Amino acid sequence: MSQRKRLSNTQSSSQNKRQSSSSVTQEEDEDATFTQPSTSQVQRGLEKLTPAQVDQKTAEVVQYFLMKDQKKIPVRRADLVKYVVKDYRTIYPEIIKRAARTFEQVFGLKLVEIDPKHHMYILVNNLETATSRAAPVECPTNPKMGLLFVILSVIFMKGGTVKENLIWNTLKKLRVDPGQKHEEFGDVKKVVTDEFVRQKYLEYLRIPHTEPVEYEFRWGPRADAEVSKARILEFMGKLHEQDPRSWTQQYREAHATQNSS
Amino acid sequence: MSRQLGDGHRRFLQTMMGVYIIDELKAKALYQYCCETFKMQCAADRLDEFIETINLKLQPMFMQVRKGMSEENGHQYYALVNTAETDITRMTSDYADNELELFRKTMDLIVGSEKGTASSTDILNSTDTMTSKKLKKSETEHLLTRLVQDKWLCEKRGEYTLSTRCIIEMEPYIRSMYQDQVKMCHICHNVAFQCQICENPSCGIKIHNPCVARYFKGKMEPQCPACDDFWPHEIPEVRGLRSQSKK
Repeated sequence: MSQRKRLSNTQSSSQNKRQSSSSVTQEEDEDATFTQPSTSQVQRGLEKLTPAQVDQKTAEVVQYFLMKDQKKIPVRRADLVKYVVKDYRTIYPEIIKRAARTFEQVFGLKLVEIDPKHHMYILVNNLETATSRAAPVECPTNPKMGLLFVILSVIFMKGGTVKENLIWNTLKKLRVDPGQKHEEFGDVKKVVTDEFVRQKYLEYLRIPHTEPVEYEFRWGPRADAEVSKARILEFMGKLHEQDPRSWTQQYREAHATQNSS
Repeated sequence: MSRQLGDGHRRFLQTMMGVYIIDELKAKALYQYCCETFKMQCAADRLDEFIETINLKLQPMFMQVRKGMSEENGHQYYALVNTAETDITRMTSDYADNELELFRKTMDLIVGSEKGTASSTDILNSTDTMTSKKLKKSETEHLLTRLVQDKWLCEKRGEYTLSTRCIIEMEPYIRSMYQDQVKMCHICHNVAFQCQICENPSCGIKIHNPCVARYFKGKMEPQCPACDDFWPHEIPEVRGLRSQSKK
C-alpha cells in the first residue's frame, strides 16, 4: 500500500510538472538517460531475479496501465520506468513484453505505442465491439465521447485537418457553445483543446505565420488506433441519407486503414 | 471444460472493469450474452465455473471476481476486487491521503455502530480529529457524494452504510483491522453490519436482515439460533428477485 500510495503521489506531482515547459525538458532528459537494455543485459538481469519477482513487477506494470487507462491518459515510458519499473529497468523489455501478453490474453486489450519518439503507450480494445444485440450490462460511457465523435467526424470528412473555428461553429449548431459552461461537459473549450489533446484523441496545432494566431485540429494517435473511420462514414451516411461510398476519398481511406487498425 | 480464456471471458471481464459490481441476474445475462457473441458454449448453471476460469488468469495480477451478498436485499453480487494488499488499495489512485483518512474514519463509525450506519453529522464532526490535512465541511460533503458515486458507500436519509462492493472488496481488511469489533452473521458467517442483534446480553449474536428473513420465514415463535431466547425483532419479508432488472 505504501508503495502504491507513493506511486500515485508522484503521478500527481508529475502531472503538475507537465504544466511548466522547463520541467518537461527535464523529464525528456530522464527518458533519454534510459537506454533500452540489450538482449544479453536482459538475460543477465533475469538470471538475478526469481520468477516470482518478475511476475510481481509485471503485475504492478499491468495495474499501472489499467489505472491510467481508466482516465484515458497515455503512459510515458519515462514515468513507467521511474515510478513502477525502478530497479528492474535492466529487464524492462521483458516486463513490457509480458504485460502486453497479459493484456492480450486476459483482458482482450492491445498495448500500442502511439508515439515512438517519446515512447507513449495506450491500451486499445482488441475485441469486436459491434454485436447484433445490445449488451445486458452497459459500461457507463463517458458523455464526452459523443462530443469527441462529432469532432472526429468533422475532421475526417474535411480531409484530416480543420481550422478550429469550423469545429466551434459546428458545435454551436448542436447547441454546445464553447464560450459557455455546458451542464454535461463543463468548460467545452478546455475539454476539447486540453483533455482530448492530453488523451491523444486530438491534435491542436498552431497554424504557422497567422496573425492573429489561428489553430487547427487533427486526429491524434489514439483516435487512429481506437476509432473506426468506416464506422464514422456509416454514421455520416445515415445522417445524410447517403451511400457512404459516395464520399470516394473518405471511403477509400476508411477501408484502406481498416485492416491495419 | 477448457480452462483457456476465450473472447467471451475477456468481454465479461472488460464489462466488470467498467461497472465493478453486478447482481447475479445481470451476471447471468452478461454471461449468456458474452457466450453468444463469441460463439462459446453456455450453460445456465456454469456461471461460477466461467468466472473461476477468469479468476485463474487474474490471480497473478492481484485481481479477482468475488461473490458476496448485499446486506440490503440479500441478493448475490459479483464484484471485481483487488487482492494485492488488505488495505484500501483500489482507492489510493482515486483519492487523496486526507480523503482516505476520512473514509477510514467513516468506516470506524460504521463498524462501531450497532446498526452499521453513520450519520452525515457524525462524519462531519469526525473531521475534527483528522491528522492529515483537515477537510472543510463542503469538501467532506463533496467527498461523501463521490464515495457514493464510486459505489463505496450507500446513503439513505443522511445515514451512510458500507456498500456491497465495499464489503466484498474489503472484507479481509475489515476482518483484520476491526478484529475485536466486527461480528460475523450467525447464519451466513460473513461480516455483518446492517443486521439484527440478539438481545440476550450473554449472547448478542448478529444476523443480517435478509438472513433473518430467510431463517425465520414461516416460524411462529422465532428463537435465537444460538441461545434459544425469544427473537424480539420484527422479521422482514424475504425479498424476491427484483422485477426492475427484467426490463
